[in-house]
Amino acid sequence: MNSPKNSIWYDLDWITIGLYFLLVILGWLNIYSAVFNEEQQQGFHFGTRYGKQLIWIGAAFILIVIALVVDSKFYSSFAYIIYGLSILLLIAVLILGTRINGAKSWLVIGSIQFQPAEFTKIATALAMAKYLSHYSLKPEKFKTLVVFFTIIGIPTLFILLQNDTGSALVFFIFILVFYREGMPSVYMLFGLLAVALFILAMLFENYLIILILEGLALLAFYILYRRRKDTILAASILGISSVLAWAIMTYFIPDASVTFLLLLALLFSSLFFVYILFKNKLNGGFVILVVLFSSVFYAYSVDYFFDNILDGYQQRRIKVLLGIQSDPYGAGYNVNQSMIAIGSGGPIGKGYLLGTQTKFKFVPEQSTDFIFCTVGEEWGFVGSALVLGLFLALLMRIIIMAERQKSKFSRIYGYCVASILFFHVAINVGMTIGLAPVIGIPLPFFSYGGSSLWGFTFLLFILLKLDSNRTQLIT
Amino acid sequence: MNPYLSRKYIIGGIFSLIILIYIIRLFFLQIVDQSYKLSASNNVLRYETQFPSRGLIYDRNGNLMVYNEAAYDILVIPRQVEPFDTNQLGLLLDLTKEQIIQRLKAAKSYSNYKPSVFEKQISARNYAPLQEKLYTFKGFFVQTRTLRKYPEKIGAHVLGYIGEVDDELTKKDPYYKPGDYIGISGVEKSYEKVLRGKKGVEIYMVDVHNRIKGRFKEGKFDTIAIHGENITLTIDAKLQAYGEALMKNKRGSIVAIEPATGEVLALVSSPGFDPDLLVGRNRTINYDKLKNDSLLPLFDRPLMARYPPGSTFKLVNALIGLQEGIIRPSTVFSCYGGYTIGNFHMGCHSHRSPLDLKHSIQHSCNAYYANVFRYILDAPKYGTIDNAYSVWRNSVTLFGFGQKLGIDLPHEVNGYIPTLGLYNRIHGNRIKSLNIVSLAIGQGELLMTPLQMANLTATICNKGYYYVPHVIKYTSETYDTVRKPFLVRKYTNIDSVNFEPVIEGMFLGVNGDDGGTGRIAQMPGIEICGKTGTAENPHGEDHSIFIAFAPKDNPKIALAVYVENAGFGATWAAPIASLMIEKYMNDSISRPAMETRILEKNLIDEQP
Repeated sequence: MNSPKNSIWYDLDWITIGLYFLLVILGWLNIYSAVFNEEQQQGFHFGTRYGKQLIWIGAAFILIVIALVVDSKFYSSFAYIIYGLSILLLIAVLILGTRINGAKSWLVIGSIQFQPAEFTKIATALAMAKYLSHYSLKPEKFKTLVVFFTIIGIPTLFILLQNDTGSALVFFIFILVFYREGMPSVYMLFGLLAVALFILAMLFENYLIILILEGLALLAFYILYRRRKDTILAASILGISSVLAWAIMTYFIPDASVTFLLLLALLFSSLFFVYILFKNKLNGGFVILVVLFSSVFYAYSVDYFFDNILDGYQQRRIKVLLGIQSDPYGAGYNVNQSMIAIGSGGPIGKGYLLGTQTKFKFVPEQSTDFIFCTVGEEWGFVGSALVLGLFLALLMRIIIMAERQKSKFSRIYGYCVASILFFHVAINVGMTIGLAPVIGIPLPFFSYGGSSLWGFTFLLFILLKLDSNRTQLIT
Repeated sequence: MNPYLSRKYIIGGIFSLIILIYIIRLFFLQIVDQSYKLSASNNVLRYETQFPSRGLIYDRNGNLMVYNEAAYDILVIPRQVEPFDTNQLGLLLDLTKEQIIQRLKAAKSYSNYKPSVFEKQISARNYAPLQEKLYTFKGFFVQTRTLRKYPEKIGAHVLGYIGEVDDELTKKDPYYKPGDYIGISGVEKSYEKVLRGKKGVEIYMVDVHNRIKGRFKEGKFDTIAIHGENITLTIDAKLQAYGEALMKNKRGSIVAIEPATGEVLALVSSPGFDPDLLVGRNRTINYDKLKNDSLLPLFDRPLMARYPPGSTFKLVNALIGLQEGIIRPSTVFSCYGGYTIGNFHMGCHSHRSPLDLKHSIQHSCNAYYANVFRYILDAPKYGTIDNAYSVWRNSVTLFGFGQKLGIDLPHEVNGYIPTLGLYNRIHGNRIKSLNIVSLAIGQGELLMTPLQMANLTATICNKGYYYVPHVIKYTSETYDTVRKPFLVRKYTNIDSVNFEPVIEGMFLGVNGDDGGTGRIAQMPGIEICGKTGTAENPHGEDHSIFIAFAPKDNPKIALAVYVENAGFGATWAAPIASLMIEKYMNDSISRPAMETRILEKNLIDEQP
């Protein structure tokens, strides 16, 4: 660190700090309201949730100071060690941890409860920044992809073992970071295809998905080889035989598995197809075929995964989200009540401390996962849009900060921070308004809880520290 | 240096797009879609109904006939129930363990969060020990209800009863909610709107566990329950009680009317029942018992039973004959043991002959009325028998026969006056007056209710008009309009002068020196006028009928007494009518022997 010690004051990004404090204050006001009870006004004391949250906000200042005092190079140099330590902590939780709300994700030391998963987010972000900033990195290489998934895979696995699905999924958002650093676009396409197929596999019967995929494949063939008569012929055979198979089954043997016959038709016509492609050395056609078959395979795997790997409650939540199941008193209860609370807020809300749905506990987990309901009910559309706007402003500011870094490490870390915050905001707010599955992850700076507040604070202020040294090269 | 710089826009774009989608979604949730606001208030508001106390019912002299007594419903919210001692609760509520479990299950299947009735109408006495211990049973609480109480066990048919409103009505009338009480018969039904008052509501805010968290907007939208209005009936409770006592162990009716007003003084249906039977927890059991009783105690005879009027109907034929100018009071017809034309013979008992009009009534001469009726039908002035019959039938109808009079009690029936069409079908369009001559003496197809016959008596008292019989005397000013239909005179087409000889005949029938069919009803000091009748009963002994009024000048009471299967009209119906009149006029009985004979007579068990 070359700059004089007090110069950090001038190099800090005060816009980000301003947004941070605004969000923390708004968050606390809403926790106060969520816990507030008109009949039992206890006055202020530190035993209540808003009291505790105030303590944690105070303690966050210590973290801020630590984050800013530590030398920037420390984060870069010790990135892998910090990552390793965090993995050890995750293992420790698995052995020594305490189970709270079904997730064995808490370390309890004396009166302090702590969720190592929050710390892991920072550690993984640092490790990811370290790895992707390596001067010899070749993003297009398959090996890079493997390492990338290994870095996020290890913490994901351990957090999954803690039964904390929500936090485990966070790391996949680093795909955005990788994308920024040169991940081939085709991965992104495959990613999108995988997501789309997952949803389709949930919504429709398998034979329909096969038909849709075949249709897409035929379209691709047509675009690629529309001048070649023999491929068009082959493609037609593929299409016609599939449709025939489907028609025959529907009319003559209604009991038999349509999907099975379709698969057979697909297989036989593909053999002929492969022969033509091979004879004419048309490699692009093979790619299409491989994609087609792997997609069909993937669709089947999704079904298997869904039916056999996911727990019943996870299956229900996904089904409710996709609209396959309606269950206002079971899995859909939280979301339904949450949407009622938010929807009843109207344009300008019911007023601070005047929300009925959140106050009378119709919305579960109102000060933690469903804190946005309080915002929606008491501040209305204006307030909730404003809060979302503040988050977007913070995200954009972080992108701007990331892009102005001289050091690649700092830039990548900045994108990691933005991605993690984005994922939390998108999933948390999304689940309260019925657009995302209910996987309990906190709303950054808003949700009640020390671990998450400290985690996000530390995450953000490391970036601010790095940003204060943005003109330097940190390796 | 940085080949992928443009990707920052894509990432920034993804962030912005998602946030934008969320804001649009919020716009729809919070501003466009109003249903969430409704769901929110359904969630949080609990409407607690405040039940008004039902109006009291008094008799015409201000004696209380119906009042309220508190009763307690035990309600349960299944969600709040904690494990409890079923034996203890069973002892307190007099339920078995199985019943408790079964009721809890039923409540749960209705709603886990909302209260449902666990046990109905616990009396104040049984409630006291329960109240002390109820707090130990979490999730159970009490709702106060009122039960109807009857100081005198009389007038069950008139007063009617209340019961839970049926599902059909709750759908049609938003005032009623399942579990509410409503008048089901009698005055309770016809004056339901007056008696019920207006329910109030207190709106509370509740949390997700249905615990009350406070009043909604400090009670700004609460409404107070308005108690029901009291009603004073025209019924004379003493007379009613006396009538019910006289009719004990007999089947039949007494209808007593104050002629000057149409006010019903007593309305006895026998056998009756104790009105208390249809109140409280055993209502259903008792109702089924009464319903299945072969003596039909639930059957409101004065309004619903239809009998041929018998000889009492001769009065009507006399009046029509006079009005149409077919006879004069001095017109005489001979009777030699009956009325004989060719092969046709209608018998008559022995009396002197010939008789003029009033004596024909006194002796109830069949031949006289066969002549009168045939002279009406065959009178040349009408041209055809069809026209003549129409004139006759119209006059009969104007007395209120063949239709509902419009009494303010439910279930009144029409009665029946045949049309000539009916006879034409039977006699093939060649109807002769002789074919239907039994109408002359009130037999044949005629059917009338005791109420209609009492009304005929009142009409005779008034010499040509009646007020629709009614039981409402007064209520509060708000509802005074309910009396309006009963303040209108309904006129027959008979001139008042023509009533004189008929009244004279009725007077002689009771007080005539040379005998009269109703002499048994004679009462020194009161000029009772009456007419006997015997309704032919193809199923058994004839029904005994007596219509009477008193005093002769400026009558105070007109009544019709029916005693089923009691034979000739004078035997049982006439003394009962006479005692009723004495009771009403003098408030005491000077003929204990007669009274005892009636009170002790059991006509029901004597039946084969």
